[in-house]
Amino acid sequence: MGKLFAAILTLVALASAYPIVTHMYVQPVDISTHGHAIDEQLSDTMAEAGFAFLGAQLLLALFVWRFSNRKNGSNVKHLPGGAKLMVATAFILVGTEVLALGVLGQKAWADVYFTAPKQDALQIQSQAGQFAFYFRYPGADGKFAALHPDKIDEGNGNYFGLDLANDVEARDDIVTAELAIPVNREIQLLMHAKDVNHSFYVRELRIQQDFVPGLDLSVHFTATKTGKYEIVCTQLCGLGHYNMKAYLNVLSQEDFDKWLREKASEQ
Amino acid sequence: MPTKIGYAAVLVVLAASAIAFAGPSGGSVTGKVTYEGTPAKQKPIDMSKEPSCAQQHPTPITTETVVVGPGNTLQNVVVYISAGAPDESSAPPQAVTITQKGCQYLPHVVPMVVNQELKVVNADQTSHNIHPLAKINHEWNKSQPPGTPPFSEKFDKPEFIPVKCNVHPWMHSTFVVLKTSRFAVTGETGGFTLPNLPPGKYTVTAWHESYGEQTQDVTIAGSETKSVNFVFKAKPY
Repeated sequence: MGKLFAAILTLVALASAYPIVTHMYVQPVDISTHGHAIDEQLSDTMAEAGFAFLGAQLLLALFVWRFSNRKNGSNVKHLPGGAKLMVATAFILVGTEVLALGVLGQKAWADVYFTAPKQDALQIQSQAGQFAFYFRYPGADGKFAALHPDKIDEGNGNYFGLDLANDVEARDDIVTAELAIPVNREIQLLMHAKDVNHSFYVRELRIQQDFVPGLDLSVHFTATKTGKYEIVCTQLCGLGHYNMKAYLNVLSQEDFDKWLREKASEQ
Repeated sequence: MPTKIGYAAVLVVLAASAIAFAGPSGGSVTGKVTYEGTPAKQKPIDMSKEPSCAQQHPTPITTETVVVGPGNTLQNVVVYISAGAPDESSAPPQAVTITQKGCQYLPHVVPMVVNQELKVVNADQTSHNIHPLAKINHEWNKSQPPGTPPFSEKFDKPEFIPVKCNVHPWMHSTFVVLKTSRFAVTGETGGFTLPNLPPGKYTVTAWHESYGEQTQDVTIAGSETKSVNFVFKAKPY
């Protein structure tokens, strides 16, 4: 019976590892300059956790196989040092592993969060509200006009609350429902939550950042491949959460300029 | 003799129908709603987050807060008798319908009488939620998945209620709940007629969602038709 258990345990452990080792689940394409660091970090984490998992399961199976059906009366052998040493060793091993992941991962994190965007990064504001994303480009004057929540009038296309009647700076701001960006240019996305917590997630960009009401958060990234990708909200934000999405449209600089001119004329 | 009775009967029927016709006719108020100045530019609506709606509009529809017609006419203005006519003792038996189609409210402005049945239809392949932001009436917010049958609601107090769909923030309408059934909504020509007004003094109000209200007093004598025109000041922002 013990040997059967050991055999099943081995089979289950190997079968669990198989799809990971053979890369059965394909990673979505990475279209960002920083994404490779995150992918490496993920695969390092998976490798470490995988080795630990397989090692523990196979060792357990080995012990069960080896020491099942012991004759009555035979003594159990202990590792020297007893339980205390075992626990201390486990702490050190697991602690080292966690610390190592943290230290290695620090670089991927710091690249995005502890490094300032370049001076010439294109600033775009992203507003998340129940249940849609809207984006704002500063327009010809290069400035984002002040927001007035009392002026929000969605039926009139004033999703941000621009004071168009009194604020001249607001009139050239370009408000869109899709996030178009030029390829190979750094983008600084300024995150603005209109109501509750939301999240900006583009898996191909390897970016997932929460919107928090009252906090001026931002992320910066550079997209390296043109194409259309989905932006989804990954914070449960209310009854329409399932349908809160927008599209990221990575364009050549020329197409982007054309797109922005078109959108400017629609304002 | 029977022929005479026959004639008399015909005459009675004719007279009765004449009275029936003349009875409710009375006078009427007719006119036109226009604007002066520059109205705000209406923006194309990007529905890319809802592809089933976006594909229903090969040319994107625009916002509808100010819809104008040829000759500076103003659409979607509700013109109604705000004083002078008695309140309706009962709601009209027929329902008023608002349809959600192509992620747009049809019609854009929905006038109705207090306690009149309002039927809400979802003709789209997506879920909508109908959220009238009522302040005087009871506020409600109902979800309507695709394929579900229409549902009915009513409002028991007069109010101008902005309506929104939270899933599709661009969707916007107004429920105009009135005490009177003497109302009209202007179309492309900006024209309106309020018929069947008994002689008397009335206040006529014209309401527009962006430009507010205007009123004019009018006195109807006999079966005359009085002309009342409204001119709203349009602002570019």
